[in-house]
Amino acid sequence: MRGASPARARRRRLVSALFAAGCVLATLIALAALAMILWTLVARGAGGLSPTLFTLDQPAPGSVGGLRNAIVGSLVMCAIGMAIALTVGILAGTWLAEYGRHGRLATIVRFLNDVLLSAPSILIGLFVYELLVRPFQGFSGYAGAVALAFLATPIIVRTTEDMLALQPDALREAGMALGAGRGHVVRTVIWRAAATGIVTGGLLGFARISGETAPLLFTSLGSQFLDPDPAHPMASLPTTIFQFALSAFPDWQQLAWSGALLIALVVLLANIAGRLLGRQRNRP
Amino acid sequence: MNSHNPPDPDTVEPASIVAPPADALHLDVQGLDFFYGQTQALFGIDLPVERHRITALIGPSGCGKSTLLRTLNRTYELYPRQRAEGRILLDGEDVLSDLRAADVRARIGMVFQKPTPFPMSIHDNIAFGVRLYRRVPKAEMDAIVHNALVRAALWDEVKDKLNSSGLSLSGGQQQRLCVARAIAVEPEVLLLDEPASALDPVSTARLEETLHGLARDLTIVIVTHNLQQAARVSHHTGFMYLGRMVEFGPTRDMFATPRLDRTANYITGRFG
Repeated sequence: MRGASPARARRRRLVSALFAAGCVLATLIALAALAMILWTLVARGAGGLSPTLFTLDQPAPGSVGGLRNAIVGSLVMCAIGMAIALTVGILAGTWLAEYGRHGRLATIVRFLNDVLLSAPSILIGLFVYELLVRPFQGFSGYAGAVALAFLATPIIVRTTEDMLALQPDALREAGMALGAGRGHVVRTVIWRAAATGIVTGGLLGFARISGETAPLLFTSLGSQFLDPDPAHPMASLPTTIFQFALSAFPDWQQLAWSGALLIALVVLLANIAGRLLGRQRNRP
Repeated sequence: MNSHNPPDPDTVEPASIVAPPADALHLDVQGLDFFYGQTQALFGIDLPVERHRITALIGPSGCGKSTLLRTLNRTYELYPRQRAEGRILLDGEDVLSDLRAADVRARIGMVFQKPTPFPMSIHDNIAFGVRLYRRVPKAEMDAIVHNALVRAALWDEVKDKLNSSGLSLSGGQQQRLCVARAIAVEPEVLLLDEPASALDPVSTARLEETLHGLARDLTIVIVTHNLQQAARVSHHTGFMYLGRMVEFGPTRDMFATPRLDRTANYITGRFG
């Protein structure tokens, strides 16, 4: 068969061009939304970025202040939450990829993990409220950290399993052909081969939880004081933004914008770092 | 045990085996059957492997030569529902029943089809296996690494970059690194599963030279579907077809005057 007739070829070029235009348009819409969010955050929040944002605690309406207590609270809860999520997530992902594999139990665990991955965060907050807040009769940073861990863990389980599954079986066989046990090969060879991928998963998990508000409202509640003890109710950036943004005071609203910009920058940096690491993985 | 792939009537004729003298045998496979779940992949394999010689396994794809190799150091055990029956005698001890898997693998090393350097330095790649068995002072470890790299004919190319990643080497160098890693734990037998299939002709030639040198104090079994390679490097050759050992004997005789038509057909390229 020879080439299509000129009319047909013209039609195909037109359809092709229309389709490409549609794709570009959809991409532009998505990018425009992102650009508007970032632009609004920078325009409204950048003015409030000053050293006092990091050195002063949240003020009474009408007085000078910053977000130090909220920043410290977020750091403490994210750190504890990530410590839990990384431990559980990497071990569970390793079990799925290296031991459970295609077994029945692994299939069930994988499914439940996917359910947890898409669970509404407010439900997680309520669950931890019942689990840790009510029994101990008080909101606490620990409860907040556990709620965040519940959100980050399924992401880390998933990326860890995916990254380990990418490693060729020949690598496992080569380790074991030298006489090493399965666990030894996983810890010394497979984890190392998948390290950047696993770190990327951790960064994505961190990016996910650093802006979460709903689960913290039920667990760490919030606090207007600088108090790094996670046994007490604890301030955090998202809950403080939530409170200040809803307030009627312009200076509080300004702090909310600055806090939102801060979170956006952290999430952006975490994502960029994750991408850079992911790219590095392909290099020897 | 019934198999799901009933044997081709042509292949059930008894294997024609010319074995080396019994007292020269290092590894002696007797009546080995192998199963992937319900499917039988090897049927009553006999394979006499002479000490400090190179034995090649040839045959068309899917004939079971890699399966046989993976049975010799019990690599198949890593996967569920794979099972071997029969005897694999390593100096009289049965690999399948008398020895522990870790001991088998310490005595029988393996190099795979694709190079499998670990994501660590060249030095640590080789130290990895040694450290599994004993604590080694640094000076001694350096000597072991040096020795293994010299024997694998890689030392001159990597002596200045022992701390670089093993992944930074070329394919042929990576494969020789894997040979060095395997021989660093001082195995008695080295198994190679189509080790040159991913290498260019120059790298292949270097690998073959390396094997010749190693055979001075190591028993080698190599799977290859490159007939010239089998003819070049091996002392004995086994021809396998559909999960059976068809013919086994000295390589020179096998390629000059094969005893069975099926072997002759394969060697002359009429099938396979």
